[in-house]
Amino acid sequence: MSTAVPHQGDTFTLRPYQRPRGVHPPADFPPYRSSALRAPHRPPVLLPHRLTEITGPLLGEDRVRPADADLTTQHPGEPQGERIIVTGRVLDSDGQPVRRGLVEIWQANAAGRYRHQADQHPAPLDPNFTGVGRCITDDEGRYGFVTIKPGAYPWRNHHNAWRPAHIHFSLFGWSFTQRLITQMYLPGDPLQPLDPVLDSVPSEQGRQRLVAQLDIARTEPEWALAYSWDIVLRGREATPFETGEEGR
Amino acid sequence: MTRLPVTPSQTVGPFFAIGLPWTDGPYIVPEGTSGAITIGGFVLDGVAEPVPDALVETWQAAPDGSFGHPDDPRPDARGSALTTAAFRGFGRCPTGPDGRYRIVTLRPAALPYGDGRTEAPHLDVSVFARGLLDRVVTRIYFPDEEAANAADPVLSALPERGGRDTLIAIADGGGRFRFDIRLQGEGETVFFDV
Repeated sequence: MSTAVPHQGDTFTLRPYQRPRGVHPPADFPPYRSSALRAPHRPPVLLPHRLTEITGPLLGEDRVRPADADLTTQHPGEPQGERIIVTGRVLDSDGQPVRRGLVEIWQANAAGRYRHQADQHPAPLDPNFTGVGRCITDDEGRYGFVTIKPGAYPWRNHHNAWRPAHIHFSLFGWSFTQRLITQMYLPGDPLQPLDPVLDSVPSEQGRQRLVAQLDIARTEPEWALAYSWDIVLRGREATPFETGEEGR
Repeated sequence: MTRLPVTPSQTVGPFFAIGLPWTDGPYIVPEGTSGAITIGGFVLDGVAEPVPDALVETWQAAPDGSFGHPDDPRPDARGSALTTAAFRGFGRCPTGPDGRYRIVTLRPAALPYGDGRTEAPHLDVSVFARGLLDRVVTRIYFPDEEAANAADPVLSALPERGGRDTLIAIADGGGRFRFDIRLQGEGETVFFDV
């Protein structure tokens, strides 16, 4: 099989993305039991950032309907629970906004139950809540959702294990390299120090970066509390002319 | 220059299927498209059991080598009609109850590495699953690209057994390719620090 090789002999310089160390959880984290048979045992091989890695899917408006950003209006009735506004910006580590990018979220309902057949714990489903949202960031990288404060829920990781309230977030950035799936937590939740998933993040500063802040300025009086949470994706590698870089 | 600290990864968890799969996710091109191939296989855990709650995502060049992306430094490769119209380049497929995924796509072109060398045709792959606190990243190469694979800067840096052999799909005939992803243990797929 011969494949056409366009632009063969082209030479060009690509500016790679930074590789933050000590930020993401290790692959194998025994307190999180599910990692035992799924985390790779061999160390990952360094992959240079070439054309496939510095590009990525630019998914936009065709993936989102305007109603997708309000998880409280997707059904005929209002969902049960505490209505909240969740907003923030998607940036890269150079402070550049990730403009017009897809943000996907999913979460449990107010009772801590997911609308998923594998979640059979005895808490009620809410006929007026699916728990799925999507939006596109604006030109400043800002996203926003209206949703219901998710409940804590039990899981079988260890005896009497409960996940703190959280919302799952999926982000693309501009490149394959920047792809990130993570979870946002709510402030003041006493379950957080007991949670092996949050605790898998190696540093206290890192764990704190997953916790949203109450944003009283964005709260809508008589209607909904607001929480803000910014998400930072990897930026480009520093050029030799830049100094003072941290986190390497 | 001060850098903002990066947001840590967290597991996709067991319930992503309520929100992440798209009906057209596995179809980078519609089934039946001229030249379409399928790539599929099992995602397997450390005791070779199928993983029924993984999400496989793929990203690749178009058959003409373009990505339709503004960061592509090749001036003639940024916005080919092929890439921007009919070819998304991105695939997303959750594994089924049997642990299998499958995508329908077109063969990517070989790519210039930037220094005169050439990368063999490949797809970049992310796997997300309960039990994975961060995604794992691998690449799919093609078995009938022997010369290109031998010259590929990434593949050629790996040992043959337990290295290159885990990244090369198996031809099943009729434009079908099999690529199993072994997360752990015997035959563990090579994963990349991206």
